[in-house]
Amino acid sequence: MSRVRVLVGTRKGAFVLSADGKRERWEVSGPHFAGWEIYHVKGSPADPDRLYASQSSSWSGQVIQRSDDGGATWEPVGNKFTYDGVPGTHQWYDGTPHPWEFARVWHLEPSLDDPDTVYAGVEDAGLFRSADGGQNWEELAGLRGHGSGPSWQPGAGGMCLHTIILDPSRPGRMFAAISAAGAFRSDDSGQSWTPVNHGLQSEGIPDPDAEVGHCVHRLAMHPSRPEVLYMQKHWDVMRSDDAGESWHEVSGNLPTDFGFPIDVHAHEPDTIYVVPITSDAEHFPPEGKLRVYRSRTGGDEWEPLTRGLPQQHCYVNVLRDAMAVDSLDSCGVYFGTTGGQVYSSPDAGDTWAPIVRDLPAVLSVEVQTLP
Amino acid sequence: MIRVVLPAHLRALARISGEVELDVTGPVTQCAVLDALEARYPTLCGTIRDHDGGARRAFIRFFACEQDLSHQDPHTPLPEPVTCGAEPYLIVAAMAGG
Repeated sequence: MSRVRVLVGTRKGAFVLSADGKRERWEVSGPHFAGWEIYHVKGSPADPDRLYASQSSSWSGQVIQRSDDGGATWEPVGNKFTYDGVPGTHQWYDGTPHPWEFARVWHLEPSLDDPDTVYAGVEDAGLFRSADGGQNWEELAGLRGHGSGPSWQPGAGGMCLHTIILDPSRPGRMFAAISAAGAFRSDDSGQSWTPVNHGLQSEGIPDPDAEVGHCVHRLAMHPSRPEVLYMQKHWDVMRSDDAGESWHEVSGNLPTDFGFPIDVHAHEPDTIYVVPITSDAEHFPPEGKLRVYRSRTGGDEWEPLTRGLPQQHCYVNVLRDAMAVDSLDSCGVYFGTTGGQVYSSPDAGDTWAPIVRDLPAVLSVEVQTLP
Repeated sequence: MIRVVLPAHLRALARISGEVELDVTGPVTQCAVLDALEARYPTLCGTIRDHDGGARRAFIRFFACEQDLSHQDPHTPLPEPVTCGAEPYLIVAAMAGG
């Protein structure tokens, strides 16, 4: 029977949650790297035993950990992230120029076909690549250098490159998203980049439909239909049917279109999930009810999923990298909260149950479906 | 022989138990001690001082002989009790961090 392995990054360590295909009984391993912030843990699609973890702290900065046995043991690898050339400046919170400074790795995206190749999205926003299992990192400087970099500015969480999507059908095509700059696409393996934000409207910037400056919180794609992208923006849930060339809003009947994560069902490209959050100031669910919303129509028409989720006095948040889906026949959906709960639904969101309730604040959730 | 005490989170990272004992050739300065420490434990590179330029990370402090050496020139010789091994060189996680 197939198994699942859920990789959880928290404010104070990483946890590995394992279960068989029924997803009823869970083994919990951790904390790994106790006391450190684990922004992200992700496995290689080409070798599920190869995992990468981003470990950081305000004391000692960035460490990258690698496992070759599915998380049983780990080895620190390279942690030198040096921007290419003279980094220059971006906008600071007060609008003044601010030097580019590396802070941490937000997201690790292993290559689809090579376990030793992995991409890192970092704060201050930049994209790095390692081709030797994380030992050495080189910036793909065409992203920062395409022209608009000096106008980017940080969101409340910092100026982070938080989303990296590799197109499985078109080698060399990849997408990245930055808060607060927007979405970008490369068709040459990250050497050159184009902003792909046409159709976005953001009231928080001087020109609401500017080419860059939008606070994109998350992008999602279904591998079988890579020209369709979904986006949870600071406000607005958006969809593109042409690989980001243009976007239209699909917030529809959501109670609020603010939120952080967005994900796609493993087998149904038109089934998507978001977690509405009250507002930019109130980072908790509306009415204190934790509800995942599912659309089976690729947006616009949404239904609340509540069975097994707290429907009163719930004031947690779900961060942008803290939702994932498995690829078992009955698609499992997972998300973690800033209150330390990790919820699992083995039936595509119809019912939910907590795997764990009392972890440190959850920063990221990924899941591996294993034979 | 120089005795170095690391904070718990760096001992865990480098898989060190207890104090580290280092032989340092030439003048015993903070820079020389940290160079020797990083040479033995490359995992610590970048976690105490920056990769580029070697600046002390803001939330790491260096103490010895009840003195805060964090702001001293890293090429200044360390106090004699440290160089002879009577006192440890302390690498400390600042109370403001974590």
